[in-house]
Amino acid sequence: MLNRTIAPPIIDPVAFDLQLPACKKYTLSNGVEVFAVDMGTEDTMMVNWVFYAGNWFEKKKAIAAATNFLLKNGTSKRTAFEINEHFEYYGSYLNRACHNETAEITLHSLSKHINELLPVVAEMVQDAVFPQEELTIYQQNAQQRLKVNMQKCEFVASRLIDAYLFGENHPYGKYMNLEDYTAVQREDIVSFYNNYYKQGRCVIFVAGKLPKDIIETLEKNFGHLPLKPRTSSAEIIQHPLQPAAQKKYEILNDANGVQSAIRIARPFPNRQHPDFQKVMVLNNVFGGFFGSRLMGNIREEKGYTYGIYSYLLNFTSESGWMVSTEAGRDVTPNTIKEVYFEMQQLRDEPIDDEELMMTRNSMIGSILGDLDGPFQVIGRWKSMILNNVDDNYFQRSVEIIKTITAKELQELANKYLQQEAFYELVVI
Amino acid sequence: MIQFEKFTLSNGLRVIVHEDHSTPMAVLNVMYDVGAKDEDPNKTGFAHLFEHLMFGGSRNIDDFETPLQMAGGENNAYTSNDVTNYYIQLPAENLETAFWLESDRMLSLAFSEKSLEVQRKVVIEEFKEHYINKPYGDVWFKLREMAYKQHPYRWMTIGKELSHIENASLQDVKNFFSKHYRPVNAILVIGGHVKTEQVRQLAEKWFGDIPSGDKYLRQIPDEPTQTEARFLEAKAGVPLDALYKVWHMDNRLDHGYYVADLITEVMGGGGSSRLYQRLVKEKQLFSQIECYHFGTVDKGLLAVEGKLVKGVKMEDAEKAINEELEKLKQDGISEKELTKIKNKTEATLAFEDMSVLTRANNLAFYELLGNAALFNSDRDKYFSVTGDDILKYSQKIFNPNNGSTLRYYSEN
Repeated sequence: MLNRTIAPPIIDPVAFDLQLPACKKYTLSNGVEVFAVDMGTEDTMMVNWVFYAGNWFEKKKAIAAATNFLLKNGTSKRTAFEINEHFEYYGSYLNRACHNETAEITLHSLSKHINELLPVVAEMVQDAVFPQEELTIYQQNAQQRLKVNMQKCEFVASRLIDAYLFGENHPYGKYMNLEDYTAVQREDIVSFYNNYYKQGRCVIFVAGKLPKDIIETLEKNFGHLPLKPRTSSAEIIQHPLQPAAQKKYEILNDANGVQSAIRIARPFPNRQHPDFQKVMVLNNVFGGFFGSRLMGNIREEKGYTYGIYSYLLNFTSESGWMVSTEAGRDVTPNTIKEVYFEMQQLRDEPIDDEELMMTRNSMIGSILGDLDGPFQVIGRWKSMILNNVDDNYFQRSVEIIKTITAKELQELANKYLQQEAFYELVVI
Repeated sequence: MIQFEKFTLSNGLRVIVHEDHSTPMAVLNVMYDVGAKDEDPNKTGFAHLFEHLMFGGSRNIDDFETPLQMAGGENNAYTSNDVTNYYIQLPAENLETAFWLESDRMLSLAFSEKSLEVQRKVVIEEFKEHYINKPYGDVWFKLREMAYKQHPYRWMTIGKELSHIENASLQDVKNFFSKHYRPVNAILVIGGHVKTEQVRQLAEKWFGDIPSGDKYLRQIPDEPTQTEARFLEAKAGVPLDALYKVWHMDNRLDHGYYVADLITEVMGGGGSSRLYQRLVKEKQLFSQIECYHFGTVDKGLLAVEGKLVKGVKMEDAEKAINEELEKLKQDGISEKELTKIKNKTEATLAFEDMSVLTRANNLAFYELLGNAALFNSDRDKYFSVTGDDILKYSQKIFNPNNGSTLRYYSEN
């Protein structure tokens, strides 16, 4: 008779030898680096162009985002429609995104069509014309989207908490108001494009089941453009941090709101700091995943929320440690109290052996699950490269997960999880 | 073509094995043939609430999460109008842990009053987060009720109203479990770095002795053919007017389903789609517009929804959508558009297939539809659709008497 109360034996994932699959580096004639991960079983691939063209570099709000958005809205040879039609005809997806330091273009395609697509990306990078009418439509639609988002408590909360942490004028803290879109001029965009795309610093990531001649193809299409390598010297733009003096905020955004968006956050150093990878482990215990303490207490024990998470912000020069949830309006004070209670527990009591082992195994298992897909693998390399950490970062991270002690984690909790260090925001 | 093996245990549990040795992971996916459409109209939202309770402990294991995390695994679940699906991904070495956990909750839940009480609250917060505390959050409650008069797709998976969740009792939970969560109503798929023989032994060992249960015989009323155009107007404290239109389409296995799927690509799939190009870019009547369908097993809905540019009149916006539909009904699509949507479908499927989890999930769904082998043959059906099919089918479904329209006005 099967005894179902006894768990089957397991191999502890900490015993696994995790290796990040290799990433090859090539350099095009103009010095632009290409990082390539060639793996996968489907005939699919991804090319990702990263430009140092994030909002860090703009002199006026919204310029970096508008430029990035409008890259595919017309070149001297093709209209916006023709560009969209070209990529969609080959079943590919062309996306762009604007972040703080960087802005990117990402192409997902069946490998067999890639030669038809790369020349048009090159055209966008060199010959975008930013028609005034496209800009006007963008401004109008972006404003309408913003109006809808401003009704959502979580949207308002996410903007404000970053502004408290870094300052409203810092790239990490600034946010758009309706009039910022109105103020965007075509000339601002053209000039930003010339500096930061056409002759900008660029790095290319490519992953999937790659055609044999992919590097030659990239060279042919991008190697002779006036792009600069990522590492070339560039103007240094400093943005002073201006964290808010006041720590607690309550905002009534919607008098009829039935939930509040709660954000509790503190500044935290970036990936170069020796505590960063260790705190990733502590964060996992605290609120990093479904089995965390915040989730266990506030959702699974008390039912105050559908979900609560904590995480380290994915910024390059500074980071922050954030707790984020939407909770019932009536249970908001209790939710906040329990977040601080969980911080205190981590400060006062060492994590017991079982929970620590569970955390190690679950983090290793999760990384292992990420190492079989080309897009996940290039994602890890990209994060290391753009954050300027060395190639051993991954191995170090795995080592820390396997060996960090309960005592170290408790010390980190005492160092960082102090209630007074946190900003606290409630938006209803 | 993907490869798989299929066998059935003596209690009726269907087991599918899909080996893929390019990954170190294994996936265990259990799909139960029950969704929100199987609910009592007075106890809606129950299938989804029940999914939450599946994590509240089973007969021999009080804590589902801890042992799974110890084995390096992750899991989640979802409920739709048609199915409820649970999945675990973990290092292949520890596959048996997934069998142990998943089989014990199929054997029997702990039925804890405390778990029910907490998960009622959690689901109520989920309801508020997604449908009450969101601009336009109530739209699909209204549209479903307008489009369906008989079929249980007329309510949302989350439930028709909060009180249905508040009133759920432990007896309801027990009844639902014994009716639907039996081996005979379930499909088990194991994928990844596993061997069929190993899976056969594990399946026998952990699932083999669970009592079969009675096959659930679904008796759902067909939605009567709609014979009049339906309209509804609503006002809410939202910043922009919005327009929603839905039409009935064919069920998942009918030819019309594939045609409808491709029609949504022509009309709303991306920056070169017709509605986006004509109504957002050229005429500037909408700030955003989408066309999609719900992918349901029974006859579903094809939808167009858009937010109007401030100052545009509702009737002008609606007229412009109707003109685009008329054009499709008159002229069909070009060869170029047909190639485009087929290329897009080919690529979408290839990207989906990259994940063993998605493959396992799709195998379970096709088996639920009748046969896991549909996974491979289903794709050919997209590629056999002709321009003429699209012309004829658009004439059939974009008939005003087959449609419902919601005009959603801003109070501001």
